[in-house]
Amino acid sequence: MIERLQQSLQAQSEALALRAWRQQVIASNIANADTPGYRAVDFDFAAALERALRAQGQARLPRLVETPAAQPAADGNTVDLDTERAKFADNALRYEVALRALNGQIRTLLDAIRG
Amino acid sequence: MSLAKTFEIAAGAAQAQSLRLNAVASNLANAESAAAPGEAPYRARRVLFEALPARDGTAGVRVARVLEDASPPRRHYDPKHPLADAEGYVTLSNVSVVDEMVDMISAARAYQNNLEVMNSARNLMLKTLQLGS
Repeated sequence: MIERLQQSLQAQSEALALRAWRQQVIASNIANADTPGYRAVDFDFAAALERALRAQGQARLPRLVETPAAQPAADGNTVDLDTERAKFADNALRYEVALRALNGQIRTLLDAIRG
Repeated sequence: MSLAKTFEIAAGAAQAQSLRLNAVASNLANAESAAAPGEAPYRARRVLFEALPARDGTAGVRVARVLEDASPPRRHYDPKHPLADAEGYVTLSNVSVVDEMVDMISAARAYQNNLEVMNSARNLMLKTLQLGS
């Protein structure tokens, strides 16, 4: 019974963890916007979530890949601040989406328990 | 926890940018500093950033070094100046005011960007704390 409850919450909680991780990755790109030679990184969220769900919570953090540079700077930095800020805002919103969905599931369960 | 790390990264970056802003302030303040003949004039300070890689693949940023700009000092003909040399030239610092203003705007914008990152991370953390209530 408890396992079934956990399973029902797993998808959203994995998504939440990955969103938080991506938030950190994008924050590190924004932090290094002026660092010579720094290369912007990101990961494929959909693939990472799929892998995390298949691994049943045992998946490791997804591998980071370099973001292709639209306009690399002369010092070798490939961070595009506009893109990174847009990604950051988008990711924050999607984090909230996952949070609300998880919250809804928890409330439903609580309602069922209270009767 | 990733969101707490986000905080750390953004805070480190804001600190680095504020150091850069300090260097700009020092350069602008000394833009017109003159040196007596034979003495070294003020040289513009340049802050060099360096990525601070964490084991998980993300990276913060820190100030690796503060360098002195190697470009030659400005020489200005002003024989009435008390620090003028025998030929009537005064040696001034090598600060380019235009470059410094550009650097200042860039540093200020980067600082703001990192503050905004911190703000969003804070909001998300607060919302996560209310989970289930």
